[in-house]
Amino acid sequence: MVLENDVEGIAKLADIHIQKEELGEFTSQFNHILEYFDILDTVSDGEEGEADLVNVLREDEVTPSLTQEAACANAHETEDGHIRAPRVM
Amino acid sequence: MVKEYFFEEADRTNAFITRLDLAMYEETGGPLEGKGIAVKDNISTAGIPTTCASRILAGYVPPFDAHVITHLREAGAAIVGKTNMDEFGMGTTTENSAFGPTTNPHDASRVPGGSSGGSAAAVGDGMVDMALGSDTGGSIRCPAAFCGIVGLKPTFGRVSRYGLIAYSNSLEQIGPLGRTVTDVNTLMSAIAGPDPRDTTAYDRPYTHTPSGNIAGMKIAIPDEFFGEGVDPAVAESVRNAIGKLEDAGAETMTCSIPSMAYALAAYYVTCTSEASSNLSRFDGVRFGPSVETKRSWHDEFRDHRGTLFGKEVQRRILLGTFALSAGYYGKYYAKAQVARENVRKDFLRIFKDADIIAGPTMPQIAFKLGEKSDPLSMYLADILTVPANLAGVPAISVPCGMVEKMPVGLQLIGRHFEDERVVDAAFAYEMEVA
Repeated sequence: MVLENDVEGIAKLADIHIQKEELGEFTSQFNHILEYFDILDTVSDGEEGEADLVNVLREDEVTPSLTQEAACANAHETEDGHIRAPRVM
Repeated sequence: MVKEYFFEEADRTNAFITRLDLAMYEETGGPLEGKGIAVKDNISTAGIPTTCASRILAGYVPPFDAHVITHLREAGAAIVGKTNMDEFGMGTTTENSAFGPTTNPHDASRVPGGSSGGSAAAVGDGMVDMALGSDTGGSIRCPAAFCGIVGLKPTFGRVSRYGLIAYSNSLEQIGPLGRTVTDVNTLMSAIAGPDPRDTTAYDRPYTHTPSGNIAGMKIAIPDEFFGEGVDPAVAESVRNAIGKLEDAGAETMTCSIPSMAYALAAYYVTCTSEASSNLSRFDGVRFGPSVETKRSWHDEFRDHRGTLFGKEVQRRILLGTFALSAGYYGKYYAKAQVARENVRKDFLRIFKDADIIAGPTMPQIAFKLGEKSDPLSMYLADILTVPANLAGVPAISVPCGMVEKMPVGLQLIGRHFEDERVVDAAFAYEMEVA
């Protein structure tokens, strides 16, 4: 069972602002779904199925790819071929 | 030589987000030359807007083609537009779209299924012969069943996902939709094959001619596919269809998939967890509506994503963030991965004796618009389609009759990399009822 302030905390971790008036509905739907997920408690411990998977690796070589201009084409603020982002500090 | 393709069909179901009334194609001599193909709007198309039906990608024009689009162009196809879908593929009805819902071509008061609902409706309504969709937990097969057409989810790894805007990488595949098994087979031939840009893509090209000869094919029928929640009329229609496969020479047996008890929960924990990571790229910096760069990163980010993501997308990102958070990882994500392995083992066990597993694609006929307003009740509708994604096996939906004047889908699931056999079983059914 999670509470409204738990959902608010998760939303903060996920960088999604949830309106105050929507928190109640979000929380009740959340609990409804988590209750359903509890069926996973009936799964006994076992192996995760990765034994037969192999990593696919390649040499880290530069190959032809997007031009800087094409890569920046969808960005709204660019400067000298770079993309401007909000302040981190 | 470049030729013009005039796409003039009326869009009665809101199947398209972007349409190209004048589409171009190359005279390549390829198998799709001069064919109009619709493409789900989460597959990148150079020069054609690609939105994933989300406001957060408004105005985004990919600078490159997805691998499957490169293949379509080489095969001579004309890409006539981008189809409506549940935002980022998150839904079972195509109602979770920033562009409004698509309606079912058989009944405008019902949903077409989802999340590839626009692709299925465009094919079902005769606007195009074929379309591409993507299937994370049933998103090709569900709308194919609801719209009365054929849809194939290939084996995981058979088709490159390069250029597919990721939602849940370990589950999703691009696949073909069409009105006939032959059309689905043709489109599959064009898109399958290796691609160094998708390291999960195997070198298994698809060069198959469908055969209706299924004499001796062993078909297993899981009890769980006809259990609680499955509409008895849908179940009857599917059992009759399996009878037609017996008429064509197949042998049937019953089987059990005990892991289906928790498969749906394992699916939703896995896909929401992967979504919470994948969708963190939508930050308004490199594409989509712009952010205010003068504000601090987190403040701007939070408002941007709180405003532009739809509710279902927000819900799934939050669920995934929760399932992966410290203290809950073991209870949810780790358990889901064990559950997933159990699903795969159940399939492998059944496929020692059987060639195909058969059952309904969806437990009900197409819902009324607005019927599934509670998120969990919508999730529960995916119970019969998610097992194939968890196990990575190929599965097809082929129309098998009507209930209340709405189409029903027969689902046929096969062994890993036996997409051809799945297609043959569907083709045999199509021949038998023709």
